[in-house]
Amino acid sequence: MYIRMVIDLELSVEMKNKLEKSVTTKKEDRKTSIMQTALKLFSSEGFYSTTMPAIAKKVGMSVGNFYNYFSSKDELAKEIMLYISSVLGEQLREINMSDKSVREKIDMIVKMYFLIAQERPELIEYFLRIFLSNREVFTKACTGMVCVSDFVTELMLFFDDGVQKGVLKDQDFFSALGLFMGYLGGMVFLNGEEVLPQPLCDYESAIAENIYNALRKQ
Amino acid sequence: MKSRPKLLWLQGVTCNGNTHSFLNYPYLSYILETFEFLYHPLLPATYTLQEIASCTQSCDILIFEGAYDPRMMRAGTCMETLLQYYGSTANTIIALGSCASFGGMFKQSDPEYITGLGFDRDISKGPFAQSSKLINLSGCPIHPEWLGYTLRMIAANKVILLDEMNRPQELYSYLAHHGCTRNEYFEWKVDAENFGRKEGCLFYKQGCRGPMTHASCNKILWNDVSSKTRVGSPCFGCTEPDFPRVNMFETKTNMSIPQDVPLGISKRSYLTLTGIAKSFHIPRLEKRLIDDNT
Repeated sequence: MYIRMVIDLELSVEMKNKLEKSVTTKKEDRKTSIMQTALKLFSSEGFYSTTMPAIAKKVGMSVGNFYNYFSSKDELAKEIMLYISSVLGEQLREINMSDKSVREKIDMIVKMYFLIAQERPELIEYFLRIFLSNREVFTKACTGMVCVSDFVTELMLFFDDGVQKGVLKDQDFFSALGLFMGYLGGMVFLNGEEVLPQPLCDYESAIAENIYNALRKQ
Repeated sequence: MKSRPKLLWLQGVTCNGNTHSFLNYPYLSYILETFEFLYHPLLPATYTLQEIASCTQSCDILIFEGAYDPRMMRAGTCMETLLQYYGSTANTIIALGSCASFGGMFKQSDPEYITGLGFDRDISKGPFAQSSKLINLSGCPIHPEWLGYTLRMIAANKVILLDEMNRPQELYSYLAHHGCTRNEYFEWKVDAENFGRKEGCLFYKQGCRGPMTHASCNKILWNDVSSKTRVGSPCFGCTEPDFPRVNMFETKTNMSIPQDVPLGISKRSYLTLTGIAKSFHIPRLEKRLIDDNT
């Protein structure tokens, strides 16, 4: 009798855990889906012109239920930045973990960044037009590296590896970061403004070479 | 009267730092009463160095201070012969200090020949490599308590657990970082800015090796009161096989990123955590602990 009770209890705990896990996963999936929709709206309409009811409507959810996922617009904005940093960081991590040379990795990073800019432009647009242009929204929750940590950490590891291998020049991290990401961000911005005469991918090779020449050990 | 264990203290290529450090041991009289010193460079002993060099005595504990150079002569006998003879009579061989343990500072003078007793840096090599009798007490110099602990354990017939570098776990399983009074500054990435200040962490710029050095300096305090990091000087990692390194007052960085990170932590994890920690300004940690103007 006692053993039976213990088995029943264990089974019910296991089922409860499975159920909780499934609910959590579902909620996380739903959150990601909301962020992806909101991301597109913010990037195209701007931060202040996009309202929570508008996002809720777009995802097919009542406004009340929507607040179960994100307590405020600022909270949603922060979570989106963390999400973008995580997506880019994951791509960069794969490049970092590969056994390619530092020079080849620069090619891969440029290619990856431009590919994302073309296939999922809202990710880069959000960073350039929302995150950098509406600092008052992010000052408290996203101070310093807090919301871009995944991506910046991978760049740090890339630079550290490059210097250790004697390929890149040892210099201040932000000087190198600004040169690398400022350049890429600038090109994506020009592309978004339809200023570039050629498709973005046509510039990959020349840009990667310029970055390599600027960062390499002389 | 029960005969006392016989202790022989020999020196290789040394600065006498460990001998001098051990003179500060508060319970030195207990050690002198418990062990018979066959020979010691400074303390009263039964025999002269000439008598020891004739290789006619036997010892229970051999303490060797300084780096090992097999060609070095002591009172007409070469070091290789002396150590071979006394090493075979001893039950325990203590390599005292980083030079005796790994080659240390004096290895620099002749890297091809000079080693420790059982290790050449971190490679197993030397007259007592692989010997189960060998105990390494690394440090430049050793804390007197480290040798005191080891001798008291031997006197009490207790087993001394050793790590993979033959160092007593009781003394070397800790890091110099453990017990450091600057740990809160380390957590929030607040730099010391200068040597000798009470505030800030010395890991970021001043070359502190505390988070990657096996030593109990901040647990068993020096002179019972302090440690290098507590007075504002970086830990040089003097208990590790790679001591001495170059530019010991500087943290080696690559594009502002520390080349070495705390022991056992991946650089990715470390950078993720510190990147976030650095984003916050904690006014309390940016102020002087004691304001000179008040």
